[in-house]
Amino acid sequence: MSDNITFTIDGVEVKARHGETIIEAADRAGIYIPRLCYMKDLIPHGSCRVCTVMVNGRPQAACTQPVVQGIVVENNTPAMQKHRRNLIDMLFVEGNHFCMFCEKSGNCELQAMAYRFGIPAPKYPYMFPDKDIDASHPDIFIDRNRCILCGRCVSASRDVDGKTAFEFAGRGPHKKIAVNAEANLGDTNAEASDKAMSVCPVGALMKKRIGFAVPIGSRKYDTKPIGSEIESSTRK
Amino acid sequence: MSENLGTFIKNVCHKYKKDKTRLMDIACEVQEQFGCVSGKAMDLIAGEISIHRVEVENLVSFYAFLSKEPKGKIVIRLCNDIIDELNGAEEVAKAFSEELGIKVGQTTADGKITLEYTPCIGMCDQAPAAMVNDVIVTNLNSDKARKIAHSIKKHGDPSKLSAPLGDGNNANELVLSMVNNNIRQKGEVIFARHEQGAGLTKALSLSPVEVIRDIKTARLRGRGGAGFPTGMKWEFARQATGTNRYVICNADEGEPGTFKDRVILTECPDLMFEGMTIAGYAIGSETGILYLRGEYAYLRAFLEKILSNRRKNGMLGKDVGGKKGFNFDIRIQMGAGAYICGEETALISSCEGLRGDPKTRPPFPAQKGYLASPTTVNNVETFCCVARILDKGAPWFTEIGSQGSPSTKLLSVSGDCKKPGVYEVPFGIKVSDLLKMVGAEDTAAVQVGGPSGQMIGPADFKRTICYDDLATGGSIMIFNSTRDVLRIASKFMEFFVEESCGYCTPCRTGNVLLKERLDRIIAGKGEPSDLDYLQELGESVKVSSRCGMGQTSPNPVLSTLKNFRGQYEKLTKRSKDGLMQSFDIKAAIADAEAIAGRPSEKFSLNS
Repeated sequence: MSDNITFTIDGVEVKARHGETIIEAADRAGIYIPRLCYMKDLIPHGSCRVCTVMVNGRPQAACTQPVVQGIVVENNTPAMQKHRRNLIDMLFVEGNHFCMFCEKSGNCELQAMAYRFGIPAPKYPYMFPDKDIDASHPDIFIDRNRCILCGRCVSASRDVDGKTAFEFAGRGPHKKIAVNAEANLGDTNAEASDKAMSVCPVGALMKKRIGFAVPIGSRKYDTKPIGSEIESSTRK
Repeated sequence: MSENLGTFIKNVCHKYKKDKTRLMDIACEVQEQFGCVSGKAMDLIAGEISIHRVEVENLVSFYAFLSKEPKGKIVIRLCNDIIDELNGAEEVAKAFSEELGIKVGQTTADGKITLEYTPCIGMCDQAPAAMVNDVIVTNLNSDKARKIAHSIKKHGDPSKLSAPLGDGNNANELVLSMVNNNIRQKGEVIFARHEQGAGLTKALSLSPVEVIRDIKTARLRGRGGAGFPTGMKWEFARQATGTNRYVICNADEGEPGTFKDRVILTECPDLMFEGMTIAGYAIGSETGILYLRGEYAYLRAFLEKILSNRRKNGMLGKDVGGKKGFNFDIRIQMGAGAYICGEETALISSCEGLRGDPKTRPPFPAQKGYLASPTTVNNVETFCCVARILDKGAPWFTEIGSQGSPSTKLLSVSGDCKKPGVYEVPFGIKVSDLLKMVGAEDTAAVQVGGPSGQMIGPADFKRTICYDDLATGGSIMIFNSTRDVLRIASKFMEFFVEESCGYCTPCRTGNVLLKERLDRIIAGKGEPSDLDYLQELGESVKVSSRCGMGQTSPNPVLSTLKNFRGQYEKLTKRSKDGLMQSFDIKAAIADAEAIAGRPSEKFSLNS
């Protein structure tokens, strides 16, 4: 299909295809809209709200909002960046994130996002919630302290692996990832080779025994900020 | 027991044709029978209707009236909204607690009775109130609470608690409730005498497009609070592509302080069902759903009877009202304790047998709603207006009320006034006139539109209630000068924290943070800079939340910051020693002082 829709992001003209979301069109145009829950090829969840942009003056999540001819999108503005920084802060304080001894450090999208936004420490008070770890599975573990409820594993397990090994349980601040068993991941049919095991943006759903296979210093975001892979891409 | 459980679940699932979209109903029936939906029950249900067990848990863990852990055969749910609290809910809780020998949140040792809190149950005009299973008990005090606890322990039959019976249909043999309607003022639209069925007959003599045209001409806007033009909604639903279309009536009246739909459901259900039927005709739907909040389960049998009467009279079913080819029927979907289900896409999720998470928009319900089909969701009161517009004509409707907001509005008035209850008033009424009408004196603050609305002070009492000024779904809570506005705001924030579905970051976490800082200020440990902190945080929640609930959830803080700033400023004076108010230096150095064996020279106790 051809790029027959034209709209602007921060004044820059972007071409898009009918049916595309704002974030998809922006990615192809090499414009980075910060995001955490969104992952290409999964159904957009629209839960982290980090990709919130103004569309004709109204806030919308770029990952779920379809492009429309002529819309004016505000992305990298002081107001939107402020809200994003606040959302990232919220994600840090609602969980228990200890980057200095987390095996995901350097590959973690939440950590990388904080660095991109120049957040040395969240401005909100830590909640220090009581969360648990499920290490019952021989090859995988869940550390709910680090979960940001992005829904990627839920979607990947359901829509790609066809297993529905994960779903959300509870509501409000008590919402958490549950597994398709009475209590333990080890009692589900989840496997390390599942798509669901490779989508977690943080260190919540991890494969065992490979945590430090790639040393800190040589990891994905150790040298380049998150989003640079999109900003440096040329238009496809 | 487990064999029993297995047979029961088999039968229930069979009753719902193993349809996974009826999981709500299945789970509710299991909960009612066994006091919980246990892990074992989840496995069995999942097996019967061919879904994953975690999907059952996903639903059960969401609704307040469903639980994985066993609850008593009798569950006493004490309403703890602000109006109940100001009317002595705490005393009532204490009495129940003492008489039952358990704390709120616990179940008696014999496993028979559970005592817990629940947010607004739609009885603010007769607070404090509670639910004993489905039975509503009102105007409680500690004596009454003790008697109720005592008799429940003795006979275990909540239905024996409903004496004396309330007015109107509350005394109907299928309701038998002590709830009172408290209709204080009847207007020309909803509570006026009307000929039953006149609106539907008129509608069926027109084409569906003409019906929609009439609703548009009448400039009818949604009565739930958001105020979306009803005719436009119907037009979108009619024009959208799809084989099936659905009409849903939102009777999940959960906004604290609102209870007018309760009164419509009790006194004018036919008018509402008539409006739904007209909507069905207008958009080309064969199926209507009344989504009834779990708190109003006491009205269910009565409403089912009304529906069956309508079927008998040819007002539902095949060839409705004698109109060849127009088939329409209505089922009732029970809710199970979730404020968020009043949000239309969350309500649709709930009707589909899912947890009440709002859906991603677009697509909008009119394009892809219930079961991905074009759907219109309208408020109870809106449907009543529809039937009246068709009966009396659009010009009649627009003559009442104000220029921008035609017709009347039902207001649920509660709090510090002599005559709490339901008032049908023309749009455009001044707040000060309303306060006079309801017998409110020494009013310091009015919460217009419930916690998601605005808290206004006397400076705004000259403003009017209508879509262009103070818009409201109908909740009016009145507070006199002895009440603490910030504490009320904190109570509202507690409500939003409890009721957030947890889907998006700002609503799930931002509200917890707003409440934390507000409470810090109330405790006298706030800083002047906390006001900006609250403002910025509140704005972030407003801008970035995913649904209407999240977008309005910071309003208790934002509207009091705007209208009652003085209260905040009084509490956030800079401390004399230059330290943060929330930092207790003496407590911080106590250990060091003990080790040193002497008091600090700089921060000694007498400084």
